[in-house]
Amino acid sequence: MSEQKSGTEREATPVFEAAEYDDGSITYPPHPVGPNGSERVGTIDLGDYEGRVITWTTSMATPPGVREPNTLAIVEFDLGEGYDGPPVRALGQVAEDAEGDTYAVDIGERVEPVHADELREPGAGIREPESQSWNGFRFRPVDDE
Amino acid sequence: MERVAIIGASMTQFGQRDAWVRELLAEAGEAALSDAGIDGDDVEHLYVSNMASGEFEGQTGVPNALAHDLDALPAYTARIDQTSSSGGAGVYAAWQSVASGASDLTMLVGGEKMTHRTTAEATDVIASLTHPVEYKHGVTLPSFAGLTARLYLDTYDAPRESLGKVAVKNHRNGVDNPHAQFRKEVDLDTVLDSPMVADPLRLYDFCPITDGSAALVFCPESVAAEYVPEDEYAVISGIGGATDTHVVHERADPTTMGGVVDSSAIAYEMAGIGPDDVDVAELHDMFTILEFLQSEDLGFFEKGEGWKAVEEGVTDRDGDLPINTSGGLKSKGHPLGASGVAQVYEIYQQLTGNAGPRQVEADTGLACNVGGFGNCVTTTIMEANQ
Repeated sequence: MSEQKSGTEREATPVFEAAEYDDGSITYPPHPVGPNGSERVGTIDLGDYEGRVITWTTSMATPPGVREPNTLAIVEFDLGEGYDGPPVRALGQVAEDAEGDTYAVDIGERVEPVHADELREPGAGIREPESQSWNGFRFRPVDDE
Repeated sequence: MERVAIIGASMTQFGQRDAWVRELLAEAGEAALSDAGIDGDDVEHLYVSNMASGEFEGQTGVPNALAHDLDALPAYTARIDQTSSSGGAGVYAAWQSVASGASDLTMLVGGEKMTHRTTAEATDVIASLTHPVEYKHGVTLPSFAGLTARLYLDTYDAPRESLGKVAVKNHRNGVDNPHAQFRKEVDLDTVLDSPMVADPLRLYDFCPITDGSAALVFCPESVAAEYVPEDEYAVISGIGGATDTHVVHERADPTTMGGVVDSSAIAYEMAGIGPDDVDVAELHDMFTILEFLQSEDLGFFEKGEGWKAVEEGVTDRDGDLPINTSGGLKSKGHPLGASGVAQVYEIYQQLTGNAGPRQVEADTGLACNVGGFGNCVTTTIMEANQ
């Protein structure tokens, strides 16, 4: 991963991976067994979808290796009229604008995922750095693009 | 199935303590043995509720250490870790050991040593319970509270002040609890003007970081009177445990704690009562918003109406349903593994008439202990033997 950090040089586009199951439901993150015991049959890239903010907070006291303050939102994705499974949501940091200021968001606001190479400093907190990924997707208001 | 009685209880001073986890556990354990009038070697099963002694202090194997320190050898021992609900899960394990007939005398000691760590470090130890997709965003339990509080206030059109009134009430109750970390009243302006922690929640919406321990002694109801006078024991009439999603954002309704709904349904059915029969309750107010969510999901109030009960004084010590007469986690403190045990300690004191200035009229009490952000829950219902 580390040699692919530059967005322009990255060989593969990062995937916001959600799982699709044989009953049509989708979960983020993926689970080995889906809702109601359903079997995983595929992957959906949530990076292709917009969503709306369900709720948000700004955390003023953050753990080691985390930006401070840290604005977080829970976003529910709009997967189109063809999807009738349980709501698909993600918790994520709210992105920063070109000046480095975190975007202001509010309940109901439309947002889109934007990839970040490192969301918090691996190894600064208690979690073993090699045990998980540290890149991922933040959210930014759609109107600001 | 044998009904289970609680015949002894203790809790240490909660707060910033010089003692380490082994010493805290032994202090509560020794006091509970004394309260029940038994010796360590009478104990057949010894459970320790503790979330993270290894992570906080580098001390593992605490049940073995405690059994040796209390001369409880060769009792069967086990550590019960269910994060913040380790205490409630320990009550469940202790109840199960006696109800099943596996043990005729069980002791449960819950404890945690936390305050030697910085707030950021302690917060990170607790946040390590989260899924990797949550942890990498720097989420903390307080930030889950901020996210949920904003949604609750927006969905149910509740005033921000109502959350502050939970803190005011529980601090007022804590003044009369000699073991509480904070024995100081706070007014609503102080709560609402305190530093922002996780918007819209402020410092006084959160419980402190705490060292402390609490202990309980369990035996079959049929022999309880052999240990203590008949009005000095209480009976566990119902208990239920349940688990909700690990990933918090995957819950169908983020303002409902499914684990509280499910665990209390089991406990009510076992006890043969409903929420209206509860006279006093200890809820897991790690954050003020949690008292609203639990009071609704336990069936005390309609969904979205819990805030009104606080506004109207229903949950005050002299109200129709006193909640957190101990001061709650908010003022008493929250030494993770000890908290669920200390909740039952308070209900036991209330049901045996030993709550002193905190005493309320109660024949039936309920304790709801929550781990994570509602991830794991134990609900315990107890009856007085008077």
